[in-house]
Amino acid sequence: MATATHNAWKLFKTAPPTAWFGLIVVSIYVIVALLAPFFAPYGETEIVDVAGLGVGDSEKFLLGTDHIGRDVLSRIIYGARNTVGIAFVTTLVTFLIGAVAGLLAAVLGGWVDQILSRIVDTLMAIPPLIFALLILTIVGTSVLNMIIVIAILDSTRVFRLARAVGMNVVVMDYVEVAKLRGEGLWWIIRYEVLPNISAPLAAEFGLRFCFVFLFIASLSFLGLGLQPPTADWGSMVREMSTLITFGLPTPLFPAAAVALLTVSVNFVVDWFLHKTSGLKT
Amino acid sequence: MSDRSQSGAGESHGAQGDILLRMKGLRIEGRADEQWLEIVHGVDLTLRRGEVLGLIGESGAGKSTIGLAAMGYARDGCRISGGEIWFDGVDLAKASDATKRKLRGSRIAYVAQSAAAAFNPAHRLIDQYCEAPVLHGVLSRHDAEAAAKDLYARLHLPQPETIGFRYPHQVSGGQLQRMMTAMAMSCRPDLIVFDEPTTALDVTTQIEVMAAIKDIVRQFNTAAIYVTHDLAVVAQMADRIMVMRYGDLVEEGETRAMLDHPKQEYTGQLLAVRELAKEEAKRPEGATPVLAVRNVSAAYGKVPVLFDVSFDVPKKRTVAVVGESGSGKSTTARVITGLLPPSEGHIEFNGEPLPADYRQRPKDHLRRMQMIYQMPDTALNPKQRIRDVIGRPLSFYLGLQGKQKEARIRDLLALIELEPDDYIDRLATELSGGQKQRICIARALAAEPEVILCDEVTSALDQLVAEGILRLLIRLQDEFDLSYMFITHDLATVKAIADEVVVMQNGRVVEAGPKGEMFQPPHHDYTDLLLSSVPEMDPDWLDRLLAERGEQLRDRGI
Repeated sequence: MATATHNAWKLFKTAPPTAWFGLIVVSIYVIVALLAPFFAPYGETEIVDVAGLGVGDSEKFLLGTDHIGRDVLSRIIYGARNTVGIAFVTTLVTFLIGAVAGLLAAVLGGWVDQILSRIVDTLMAIPPLIFALLILTIVGTSVLNMIIVIAILDSTRVFRLARAVGMNVVVMDYVEVAKLRGEGLWWIIRYEVLPNISAPLAAEFGLRFCFVFLFIASLSFLGLGLQPPTADWGSMVREMSTLITFGLPTPLFPAAAVALLTVSVNFVVDWFLHKTSGLKT
Repeated sequence: MSDRSQSGAGESHGAQGDILLRMKGLRIEGRADEQWLEIVHGVDLTLRRGEVLGLIGESGAGKSTIGLAAMGYARDGCRISGGEIWFDGVDLAKASDATKRKLRGSRIAYVAQSAAAAFNPAHRLIDQYCEAPVLHGVLSRHDAEAAAKDLYARLHLPQPETIGFRYPHQVSGGQLQRMMTAMAMSCRPDLIVFDEPTTALDVTTQIEVMAAIKDIVRQFNTAAIYVTHDLAVVAQMADRIMVMRYGDLVEEGETRAMLDHPKQEYTGQLLAVRELAKEEAKRPEGATPVLAVRNVSAAYGKVPVLFDVSFDVPKKRTVAVVGESGSGKSTTARVITGLLPPSEGHIEFNGEPLPADYRQRPKDHLRRMQMIYQMPDTALNPKQRIRDVIGRPLSFYLGLQGKQKEARIRDLLALIELEPDDYIDRLATELSGGQKQRICIARALAAEPEVILCDEVTSALDQLVAEGILRLLIRLQDEFDLSYMFITHDLATVKAIADEVVVMQNGRVVEAGPKGEMFQPPHHDYTDLLLSSVPEMDPDWLDRLLAERGEQLRDRGI
């Protein structure tokens, strides 16, 4: 185990500055999200500035207050918890559905592959945002519904990737050896195929996380995502959007939080992809 | 490039004897794990005009690296770290890229191992031929085309007037390799580097290419460096041979002298490599064969590939299935294992018919028939440790667990001559090709099989390593009463391991019988062609063979 930590350290030491930047920013987000009540100066939904004196900027409120007098910094911190946490769970579910279906299609081939692939084609043919809006309008907007709808829509991309990289592994002789040995489907997927495609899948996880997270922000902005008074970066931008007409920068802060996290995750993923693809420097 | 004429045949660029290329203390480093390691340790080399120098050694000996260095080129991740490379008054080790670019293609050319990978599939062959002469300003496009057709004819390519207008995928592998040679000749270079030009080809095709190269190099008095791992091939081609090992020169000498009296032990080993021969064992009388292929026909989709194939694999015997690529050898193995159910006929195991599809065969049947593959790299899961690779069949078939399993894995590793403590925790990627193939053998043995199908198991390995694998297989056969079905295209391997031989061509069995009979005439025409195409160490073999074949063709009025 000592060598494992040593290797991990060696890996980090050779990471480029962009990756370091990404890693640090992502870690800060995670810590802030986990310990939100500890960092936030005020409560998530607490109205602290009834008089509206802090709109814009003020000594008491670092990033000012929003249109109904809540502290923007506190809401961004709590928003990290909601937006990032839900995006993470959704991405996990996305991968569970997409990777399992994709690998089944790759290993079994034939009509299983045909049916799954055509379903995925159909789903991908519809613009996801419009499709999600439609479904969420029908089934109602709850966190659970949102997670399920986004996971299913997004898993189509993961399916495509898992199937494509899985196909490359399935044709290898060692998979044929396992088949001829009489191994079951689960063994072949779990022990022969999955370990060999984990690198591209992990990289895709990072990218997919960004997309899911932007997707939730968009849905919230459109009013079908997380519902008020829950703090969420997307809905915060929407709620405060009128403030920008008064020349106040407040709505830009949650938007900047979204942008910074997206850029950071992409830095880390880029580095990881570079590493696993075996390219030298 | 002053007085060189472009069109004339058999013309020489100066008398033979001038030194064309001289390397002094050449050192090359390769980058691995963030540091530079020396892979060629100070090699000296001289090459005269019109001389063919053979560079021979196992993989990793540095022979290709030296071949490329003759052009002042180092592969990605490599660098020329010391020494001098004098080519006609220019030190390529220090020359600028612009200088080297001028020389490459026009005065020094390169022929790669895999012509299929070296041609651009999107351009016609003649366009690719004309590129270098036109770019270097040697010939106009029109003249280059005419020269190409002339060269195609000299290389005995069919329809030399039109073949250039095909795309690379529209000609065979042997033809493509000759096209590549023609392309290297396009500017009438002083030096051509051939990097294993025939290694990827069948024996019968290899001959065509070797003959064409030998002929054309002689006609134009071109100097050549011929890189190969096959001493018998280099014996036909080279005037002088350099034997390399681990980036050092082992021995250097005139071809004939070296073949007759090798000075170093290693050269002797290389020479002896084709002499392994197993005493042929007779088929036991009246016994049921372990494996019997009965009138099998099979097809990939609608394309038929096997036609009425029948043969037996008797108990404790080795049956070699021989033929060139595309003859249906590997397809036969796929039918036997049940990966490709036959359209007609069936497979018998100890006299019982087997279900056509492997998914319908009971686990115990699967256990008793194991397979070893050509490419050990793809036959081992790169993410698994050796312990799991060998351990899985033990627990899957025999239900071994814990200490018992561990002990058995160690036994098996000892059996294949790998030190258990060193290897048990390694990943497959941390082994050499020969060691990987040994692990594949151990995995097959772990199932305690009765018959093992070996699909070209030695053809991806160096000759000395391959010989080790063959010896191991023979020893295991005696120890465990195994039967082998041994697919190969190499007749030296047949000689080394087989008891019986089945010759296949175009999906049919053309001849079958005990090994002794098969190597004695009279043969089927195709068997004859295969047998006579295997290169021999005798440097005159190729010339003699071509003369004989020429006479035969003349006799038949061709």
